[in-house]
Amino acid sequence: MMEGLVKVSIDINGKKYTDDVEPRLLLVDFIRDIARLKGTHIGCDTTSCGACTILIDGMSVKSCTMFAVEADGRKIQTVESLATDDKLHPLQEAFWEHHALQCGYCTPGMLMSSTFLLSRNSDPTEEEIREGIAGNICRCTGYINIIKAVKDAAGKINAGKETE
Amino acid sequence: MPQEAQVIMEKVSGRKVNRISGTRMKRKEDARMITGMGTYTDDIKFPDMMYAAFLRSPYAHARIRSVKTEKAKELPGVVEVLTGNDLKDKMSPIPTAWNLPNADLKHTPYYSIAFDKARYVGDPVAVVVARSPYIARDAIELIDVDYEILAAVSNQEDAVKEGSPRLYEGIENNVALNWKFAGGDESVFDQADVIIKERLRNQRLQPSAMETRSAIAKYEQGKDETTIWMTSQNPHVHRYLFSSVLGIPENKLRVISPDVGGAFGSKIACYGPEVVLIYLSRKLKAPVKWTEDRRENYLSTTHGRDHVHYVEMAAKKDGTILGVRVKVYSNLGGWISTVAPGVATVLSVLMYSAQYKMQAVQCEVIGVLTNTMAVDAYRGAGRPEATFIVERMVDNLARKLEMDPAELRRKNYIKKEEFPFATVTGTLYDSGDYHTALEKALDLIDYRKQVAENKKLRKEGKLVGTGIGSYVEMSGAGPSKIVRATGYGLGLWESATVRVHPTGKVSVLTGGHPHGQGEDTTFAQLVSDELQAPYEDIELVHGDTAIIPFGMGTYASRTTPIAGGAIALACRKVLKKATVIAAHMLNTTPDNIVYDNGEFYSEGNPTEKRKLSDIAYSAYGAGFDQLPEGMEPGLEETTFYDPENFVFPFGTHVCNVEIDPETFQVKIKRYVAVDDCGPQLNPMIVEGQIHGGIVQGLAQALYEESIYDESGNLITASLADYAVPTAVEVPRFETASTFTPSPHNPIGAKGVGEAGTIAAAPALVNAVIDALSEYGISNIDMPLKPENIWKAVRAAKS
Repeated sequence: MMEGLVKVSIDINGKKYTDDVEPRLLLVDFIRDIARLKGTHIGCDTTSCGACTILIDGMSVKSCTMFAVEADGRKIQTVESLATDDKLHPLQEAFWEHHALQCGYCTPGMLMSSTFLLSRNSDPTEEEIREGIAGNICRCTGYINIIKAVKDAAGKINAGKETE
Repeated sequence: MPQEAQVIMEKVSGRKVNRISGTRMKRKEDARMITGMGTYTDDIKFPDMMYAAFLRSPYAHARIRSVKTEKAKELPGVVEVLTGNDLKDKMSPIPTAWNLPNADLKHTPYYSIAFDKARYVGDPVAVVVARSPYIARDAIELIDVDYEILAAVSNQEDAVKEGSPRLYEGIENNVALNWKFAGGDESVFDQADVIIKERLRNQRLQPSAMETRSAIAKYEQGKDETTIWMTSQNPHVHRYLFSSVLGIPENKLRVISPDVGGAFGSKIACYGPEVVLIYLSRKLKAPVKWTEDRRENYLSTTHGRDHVHYVEMAAKKDGTILGVRVKVYSNLGGWISTVAPGVATVLSVLMYSAQYKMQAVQCEVIGVLTNTMAVDAYRGAGRPEATFIVERMVDNLARKLEMDPAELRRKNYIKKEEFPFATVTGTLYDSGDYHTALEKALDLIDYRKQVAENKKLRKEGKLVGTGIGSYVEMSGAGPSKIVRATGYGLGLWESATVRVHPTGKVSVLTGGHPHGQGEDTTFAQLVSDELQAPYEDIELVHGDTAIIPFGMGTYASRTTPIAGGAIALACRKVLKKATVIAAHMLNTTPDNIVYDNGEFYSEGNPTEKRKLSDIAYSAYGAGFDQLPEGMEPGLEETTFYDPENFVFPFGTHVCNVEIDPETFQVKIKRYVAVDDCGPQLNPMIVEGQIHGGIVQGLAQALYEESIYDESGNLITASLADYAVPTAVEVPRFETASTFTPSPHNPIGAKGVGEAGTIAAAPALVNAVIDALSEYGISNIDMPLKPENIWKAVRAAKS
């Protein structure tokens, strides 16, 4: 191991990525450059825009403001984890259906914040959705379609649970 | 039931087929974007890639005495460190593309890296190339620059004063352009019963695309070719400018712009760092990448607006608007950027007569250099500024004459039957029905009742108001003969290639380069209808100079009308050839051929049919008597569509606000938008453009302001300081449409990308001023932060 490097092992979307990294390496750079998962974006590097939002052990985190070494041994979910077996997540379906994206750059972060929101509050009100995604900036859509999409996805997820 | 938009599409085309234009198709591009599979520039990585970082001036105005790079060069991992002096003979200054005539336009040499003087905070003074982006940033900290700090000026009205710091030798009072315009009969200003005056300000804004600028240049030595992947709205225009700045032939340069994460005008300009990357990749024979961080983006990607307007509006007692006279101080920043000379002038002043039958428009635009980032096109580029000042003055006039603002507009609007209408500014409005859009918006908000209700509530001490923002905009740039006459360096036509493959699948190459506007979908809808081919079989291709014949790009709400127009014309050429081939195959003449529902047949024999894919197969097979004698094989056509005129979308937005009398926070109670962009290829996408546009307009009205302090420091250089709205701030919108086709556009379309932004700011400010009517306040400068409203109320009370 090169001097000053630290061995880091992170479970991302169920797959383990291990590398020797500088202690200052940002988690988002680990995800993008080492795991090569490019869905997680960088919009500001100052925790303001939310384009880099991921889940760590189920909690939403802005990965531009955390070091990779801090995530050692932890479980991360990125946007790439949402669709399974070629089936889209209800949030993805709803974003598509409601035209909740334009340039698509903020979308992965928006989806992850929404995933976190619904994991804590399965039936959020419009106000709660607005608060839930307030840490994610979208410059294109004006948010209204995103709010509709999250509401719709919540309804579909809940309906799915009832029929199970 | 066909949707309203579909019916309009049928009327325009004169054909009834299984139209999917006009329907709310889900977007093709979303499939990759919702799964994290989009490819933005920064996602691209090559083996042995190197990373550049730019050292930027911390001073707004400083002479560069020396730049010491030794320590930076010694840092392990650093490959190259170059200064402005190292580069100034290797590349020319970047020129503006808009050489506005009769404006005494000055020359402001814009070097990719400054060597003599830094003229704004963020001006690059050196570049480092290293093996990792982290090392590149470490290294710029090790460069030692000896600056002689000079006095700086950031405000345009200060910069023109005698004795102000001067940015360039030989440019007196920092005036880089002075453009005078006079249209119509100026004597109306003497004959007017009323002249109202106001100083209005369109503050400086930071476009704030969520994806910052990024580029990777890669030199292929064996072919002596360089490719640059970059965030661009107009790849061919970038290639053209890079070629001239670096002296590299255009056919040895390739610009690829993959998915672009928003732009709003900020990815039109030609900037220094991208030029330097091309140079570095050739020098180092390696791929070199650079991606802005947000602070760099705010310091050094073009800003928008920043116009101060001194406006006079002349009218008769009965409310007839006679004309406007305006003096504009436009802040151009530290140099004259790519399209900057046209923004406050041609793109703005030609719209000063707005929707009204004015008899005179007079204007003087003074473009001023200051120690700030360059100001260039930002969503609307000149048209929001024009609409803002006219709509604000119309409301002030209504108040002065004690007329209802809606009634005053009705009285002065150009009537539906008066189109095409030649305005006093020399534009020819193609079509419009302003009254219907207004009435529809007023009905939606129940205007009469609302106005009465406001009066009642105001008596109870509530600060409630209703505001109207009507607009017509000049979009779809544009007819080359007009834009060339105004000094723009290229025509503004658009190209399209429609290629039907031997299997009948279709590739459509467009010179537009959508980056969020959804034309991969809407153009596939358009082509599907034009060619009567399955929607699933159509793919759009754009953003690569090696594939697309030439393209002017996506901005100015031009892509649907101009690139879409080009595509429709190319489709019609393809069908013309296909018809001749079909006639040959069916042993008849082309005028006997019917094409219906994707099948060709002879009028006399409707049972024997040929599909478009059969024709394509024959066109490429090209043997065994498959084609008429002498016909070239293949089934592909290219058009270069140069529109005969601009297109003129319009509409009216109305909003109700309530101001908290204690905190002076503005709450939007209702927001109604009626827009007319002609026939809509996809109403869902049109609505999305309107939503996003409105929020950017409301953001200007309420929150956003790019602030430089007196020494030229950008105070709003992060997303924590620059107030882009979040989901918590935005109101709900009620949107509706009217459909007035452009008579000269091949698909009748007008543009819609900027409409929301143009209408929203005046509607909101008018509502706030209405809410404060008891104080007799005629203006509060945007953004209408509680502090600004409180100050205005306090001043009015004392």
